[in-house]
Order: sequence, then structure tokens, then C-alpha cells
Amino acid sequence: MSLEARIRLGIGAFELDVDLKVDPGEVVAVLGPNGGGKTSLLRGLAGLLPLDAGRVSLDGVVLEEPAAGVFVPSERRPIAMVFQDYLLFPHLSVLENVAFGLRSRGMSRPEASATAHRWLERVGLAAEAQRKPASLSGGQAQRVALARALATNPALLLLDEPMAALDASTRVELRRDLRRHLESFQGVRLLVTHDPVEAMAMADRLVILEQGRVLQSGSPADVTQRPRSRYVADLVGVNLLKGQADHGFVRMPGGRVVAAASAESGEVFAVIHPRAVAVHRQRPEGSPRNVWPGRASGIELLGDRARVRIDGEVPVIAEVTTAALKELDLGEGAEVWLSFKATDVGVYPV
Amino acid sequence: MALQVRKATRARPAAPVALLVFAAVGAAFFVVPLIGIVLRTPWAATWDQLRSPEVLTALRLSLLASFSATAIALVFGVPLAWTFARLSFPGRAVLRAVTVLPMVLPPVVGGVALLLAFGRRGVLGGWLATFGIHLPFTTAGAIIAETFVAMPFLVITVEAGLRSMDARFEDAARTLGASRWTVLWRVTLPLIRPSLVAGAVLCWARALGEFGATITFAGNFPGRTQTMPLAVYLALETNPDAAIVLSLVLLAVSLVVLIGLRDRWLGSS
Repeated sequence: MSLEARIRLGIGAFELDVDLKVDPGEVVAVLGPNGGGKTSLLRGLAGLLPLDAGRVSLDGVVLEEPAAGVFVPSERRPIAMVFQDYLLFPHLSVLENVAFGLRSRGMSRPEASATAHRWLERVGLAAEAQRKPASLSGGQAQRVALARALATNPALLLLDEPMAALDASTRVELRRDLRRHLESFQGVRLLVTHDPVEAMAMADRLVILEQGRVLQSGSPADVTQRPRSRYVADLVGVNLLKGQADHGFVRMPGGRVVAAASAESGEVFAVIHPRAVAVHRQRPEGSPRNVWPGRASGIELLGDRARVRIDGEVPVIAEVTTAALKELDLGEGAEVWLSFKATDVGVYPV
Repeated sequence: MALQVRKATRARPAAPVALLVFAAVGAAFFVVPLIGIVLRTPWAATWDQLRSPEVLTALRLSLLASFSATAIALVFGVPLAWTFARLSFPGRAVLRAVTVLPMVLPPVVGGVALLLAFGRRGVLGGWLATFGIHLPFTTAGAIIAETFVAMPFLVITVEAGLRSMDARFEDAARTLGASRWTVLWRVTLPLIRPSLVAGAVLCWARALGEFGATITFAGNFPGRTQTMPLAVYLALETNPDAAIVLSLVLLAVSLVVLIGLRDRWLGSS
């Protein structure tokens, strides 16, 4: 079971241009900020939003290819979707909701009821079969939505922000449950989310989608260690610079040169962990190769540590202890010097 | 704390006296006529009046015509409302305006227009006559007149319901394999049920009270086209007691409709 999709579609001024491949056995999470095109991507795959160009094929069967005049409507695609707010039909009971897809696909009423019941047992909601969705908790509604989607035995399961509508307090447990259900499902699994924790907990591979484009794709470890966009760098909490490598240095577009031990040549990303950046009130003496002045412009407290944004030729975030913050008498607007070692700069090609 | 106390004591705003006087006159304007009907109702004779053949005939015809008009409005009005709510096509705004025009058009003008369309020398009348169908001055004509005036109420109510419903439920149904027809019957219509009911009731109430278009297009033939409102008007000259009793019946029906729809139209207080 695999999905191959090239999706080009425009909604007003917004353009989505995404190449996506999901291999058998893989759970892929599309991670990106809201408004980045995640939901449009799912709607495109589901046939709810026609493509302008591209191609969607599932297990080698082409579902949509505008250039070839192929368009399989949603109701005939072997897919199922779990919507962000679940969209359980309010006028039907929990059991009827789960049986809906089976009935629509031609199963007899008794058989559909029996199958739906088995699914409700699997998600631990057999006792709620006759209730109306409005009386369910968020977590129960999510499981009904999942059962409704999986009951039709789809080849492709799409999940749109499956945890977004849940309380933070129940999220950890429900995430584990969802992960377990996803693992037992054989088809192609694709979820979209703006929550990096959720994406990393659920997925084998992340696809970073921003402004309608894929910026990066890889395992969670790879994406977090080698961010390739400001969005991911901010999520992970590291400084990301982009410049030209030149044997031990990275030249930034503004002219500033950063000493980076591992830099060789070509266009590169340079990543510096905020903890590797030291902050001083006077120009520091000693070994660090990278030293420049700046102005503290934002201070964010995180427990016993603080993140200080230092504006200068190249804005950098430094992480210091709150004790150091006091000792340095740092406030917003303070003139400071920052320093970090050339060996603390990670470099990898763009 | 002090702020909260002050807020609590200010719950009832002071009203200008002049405003209350005007409001009272406005309210009396509606209350007095209703009291008039109730006070002048010949209660002792009411039962006999209700059982008199004229009243029963008019009542039977009114029920038949208004329910038929509502049924026709449902069959054609719901698809029309769906079209207005979901499709965009050139001329949609104009077509929609024409469809709801009878709500503001003087009903007599509607009757004249129907005559010019379905009358003996009307646009479609001659053609219909070749099939032996004659609408003017028949019960079918009365039903057509009532439908013409009442259907817009159903159309706009159902259209508003369709517009305010979350269309993503239909998307969800389609991803579950439901054909468009299944989506309509099992998701869309059940979800807009309150609008359907409200639209049908409003439509029926309007049809029941229809006078101008009916008398113009269908005439005033007892047992054939003389519905309750026509009977009331006629009886006012010959048998005022019957007119009052008939009015009382129509008033009761209107009250029941209003109470039934109070959550929707009056807000729950």
C-alpha cells in the first residue's frame, strides 16, 4: 500500500504545490503552521478539492490526473478521513455514524450494524452505541470518528489535526491510543498537524509544509537536528543561519562572517544551539572565534533558564541561566556582546 | 466589588415616558382587534356555525388547498432552495429575486399574472387546454394561486437553513462513500430539518390565509374555490356571525403556528 501524489492547486491567491510519497508501513505527518495548506492538501487527496494539475495514485491506481482527464469522485475513492472537529453526524447515533460508510458502500443494514459494533468494541465504546454524538466527550468523539473512518477498510487514511479538539490534560493518553490504532491499520496513513509534539509522537516521517511548499522531509530526528527553515528552527528552538561556506567560515548575506569548524564550501545552513551562545557586558577575551556586539531585545523566562534575543548584524538567540541574567543585569535594550565557538556551529548543505 | 454592585442595580434601564406611551399605543393596535374578535364571537352559536355546510365546505376546501400547496412547495421549493444555496450561475440573483417577489407583490397582481400565464388566452393556458387542463376558476387553480404566494416562504427559509449548515458534514459523508443522492437524504435534509419544518409551516399558514391571488385567479365558487378567507369576506355581508366564527378558527390556527415556531421566530425568553 503506497501513495504517490503531485498536487498543484490554487485557492484564490494561495497556491499549493506539493510532491508527496508515502511508503508501505509508514506513518507520515505533514507539519506546518496554520494557513500553510495542510487541510487543502488533505482535501485534494480526498477529492473534495479538484487539482489544477498533478496526479494522485494509490497502490498504482490513478485517482486523479487532470492532464489525462481522470477524476475519481470522493465517494468512489478507497479513502477515509478523520476531520479536525470529527464531524460526527449529529442526527445519527454513535452506531449509525460508524455504520454510515458501510451502508453507503452497499452493506446490508444488519451486517453494517454488526461490523460497526465490532469497531466500537475495538475502540472501547460499545456501551455508547446508542448515544448521540453531542453527549460524548472529546476523546470519545475522536475514537468514534476513527472507528467510522476505519470501518470502511480504506486504503488511505487521512487525519486532519486529530488531537486539536482535545483538552491538553487528556492528550497524552489519547495520543498513545491513536498511535496504537494507527499501528494496527494496514493502509497508508497520513496526518496533518501544526503541533510538533504530536507529529513526532505519531509519525515515522515528517513533511514540513509552509506557504504551500514542502520545505523539508525526513525522520523526526533528522528534521530536528538539521532544520532547513526558520519555522522548524523556531519549533526546535535553535538559531538557523544560511550562507556561503568557505573552508572554516560561513559568509552571511549581510557580510558578517561566522567561524564554523566544519564548513567546507557551497551554500549551507549553519545551526547554533542557544545554549552554546554566551552573553557578556564587555567584549570578551579568550578563545571563542565568534564575537560580536548586539542589543538584548526580548527576554523569555523558561524555568531556571532564560532565552535572550540579541539583535545585531545577525540576530541570535542565547540561552542563559536566570542567575546569569541577574549577574549581567540584563534588561531589554541592554548593550551586550555575544560569543560562541566555531566548533559549536553545525553546518550542512542547503 | 463596588463596580459589580453598581452594575447589578443598573439592570433595568430607565425608559423615557414618551417612548412608553408610543409603545403602548403600538401594542394596543394589535391587541384591540384580537379582543374584538373574541368579544364579538357568538359563543353560544359557535358550534352550530362551525357545523353549518358553508363553513364546513370552506374549511374542507381550505385544508385541501393549503396542504396541497405546501406539498407542491416542498417538492419544488426544496430543490430550488438547494440550487440557490449551493450553485452559482449567471442570473442566479435575478432568478432568486423573481422567486421571492410574491412575498412583497400585492396578491391581486399575482392573481392577474397567473391568469395571464395559465388563463384561457395565457402564455401556457392555450397549450394546457389542448391536454384538457383548465386551471382558472377550478380547485386546482386555487391550489396554484396559494402555492404561488406561499412557496417563497419555504424557499427562503430552507435556503437560509442550507446556508447556515456546515457543508463539511456533506464532505464527511462523501469520503465515507455516500453518493450525492444519499448525502442529500441522509445528511443534508436531516440536518436542516428545523428549517424544513419552519418553512413548511410558514408556507402552509400563508397558503391558508391566501385571499387576493385566489379570488383573482380561481374566483369565488363555494365548494370549488371558496376557501376560508373568501368565505369570511363573503359572510361578512350576509351572515356576520359566521364570518366571526370563521375568523376565530383562522386566528386559532395562526396562534398554534406561532406557538409552534416561537423558539425560532420569537426567541426563547
